Amino acid sequence: MDKESNAYTIIFATIMVVVVGGLLAFLAISLKERQDANGEIKKKMEVLSALLSPEEMMKVSRENAEAEYEKYITGGVVIDVNGKVIADGEKGKDAAFQTNIQAQYKDKNIAVNKRTYPMFTAKKEGKTLYIIPIVGMGLWGPIWGNVCIAEDKSSIAGASFGHKGETPGLGAEISLGFFIDRWVKGDEKITDENGDYQKFDVVKDGTGGQTTKIDGISGGTITSEGVEEMMNRCLVPYTVYFKTL
Amino acid sequence: MSENLAKIKAPSESLFSKKNRKLLIEPLTNNNPVTVQVLGICSALAITVKMDTALVMGLSVIFVTAAGNYVISALRNIMPPRIRIIVQLVVAAALVIIVNEILKAYLPDISEQLSVFVGLIITNCIIMGRFEAYAMANKPWPSFLDGIGNGAGYAILLLIVAFVRELLGSGSLFGVKILGSAVPGEETGLYTMGYVNNNLIILPPMALIIVGIIIWVQRAKNTSLQEEN
Repeated sequence: MDKESNAYTIIFATIMVVVVGGLLAFLAISLKERQDANGEIKKKMEVLSALLSPEEMMKVSRENAEAEYEKYITGGVVIDVNGKVIADGEKGKDAAFQTNIQAQYKDKNIAVNKRTYPMFTAKKEGKTLYIIPIVGMGLWGPIWGNVCIAEDKSSIAGASFGHKGETPGLGAEISLGFFIDRWVKGDEKITDENGDYQKFDVVKDGTGGQTTKIDGISGGTITSEGVEEMMNRCLVPYTVYFKTL
Repeated sequence: MSENLAKIKAPSESLFSKKNRKLLIEPLTNNNPVTVQVLGICSALAITVKMDTALVMGLSVIFVTAAGNYVISALRNIMPPRIRIIVQLVVAAALVIIVNEILKAYLPDISEQLSVFVGLIITNCIIMGRFEAYAMANKPWPSFLDGIGNGAGYAILLLIVAFVRELLGSGSLFGVKILGSAVPGEETGLYTMGYVNNNLIILPPMALIIVGIIIWVQRAKNTSLQEEN
């Protein structure tokens, strides 16, 4: 057959696409289970990293993440935008873990007020803590995090932030200790004395370190503001829920 | 008569004949794809902060160049010439996706650190360069060796650059702290004498400078590599 002919070219291309497509589909399906398991472990480590100090977190690896998660995380709830409980008690922990807030955030077909809000409860050194996963938008792509609320249901006891592809050295610094400390080390509170949510403000003038004022990152303004927006949007329903407890 | 036939038949080459060995070894030194042909520089800058990412990246590229060269060479006589670049791209893309999926399943942490760079192997000029320049004109086995040689030439350079950068930048190799602990207040090893890690070397431009120094040393030792003028 003439290799230059159209028929030969089209047949060759068709066979090639079918073979390559089939091979990749087979590979993707056979590895999916393992990849999903890796993703779940990663998620558990992210939840734990808001609860545990960096030193404690050093001891948590992929191998023992499952056990550490079971040790600290005692339960969970899923609430709606108005703070009403959708799932709690026995089912709460699993339901909270299975809730994919990143997918909901991305999915334009889910109305903002139809999103669900998961939360984990943890016991550490005899105290009850609440870990809230949050998600938002940075400069180049998604950012996310987990915020750990202390027993008083208002003070931020810990946090961890992650990002998909923020600029290294600038926006990407949100995941580093010094930026997290700005949310955690002072007297940062998510509610005022009445238990209502109070907005956080990421500032540029270096006056942060107050209850609701946080210093941003120089050169990472849009990412810092992404964190601010993410906190202010995601945490509100929980303050409503906390009032009912 | 039979004597003549024997002469016409090409002498079968041994698997590791001198010529084939040269295919493996040349790209490691005098025909290195990065330092001599100056291909694949971009990823050499991005993922050489640590030895382990450089090693995994190097192995991935070896796999893609070797398997890709083999497949392209095997297909070279039945490939429609008009779509040969597309066929080469499909083969490279498929192999890169295979590597990426396997890393995600078995080495999730390293896969996360390499992030987009595994996917970007497809744009690594070494791969298309070897497909087009070698595999299209040679038999599968020599092409396979050529792929391994060029992939290894790339990997070796990554490892040399990563060795310098991780040692001077983080004081460790493969994540093992070999210069002692730099934790403030509890320094050990070299750090007790006031030694500090060089943060500059972690930034991408330093990789370019290290590659430059390697090229300089190589050309100073091997004058045949120096261009006229």
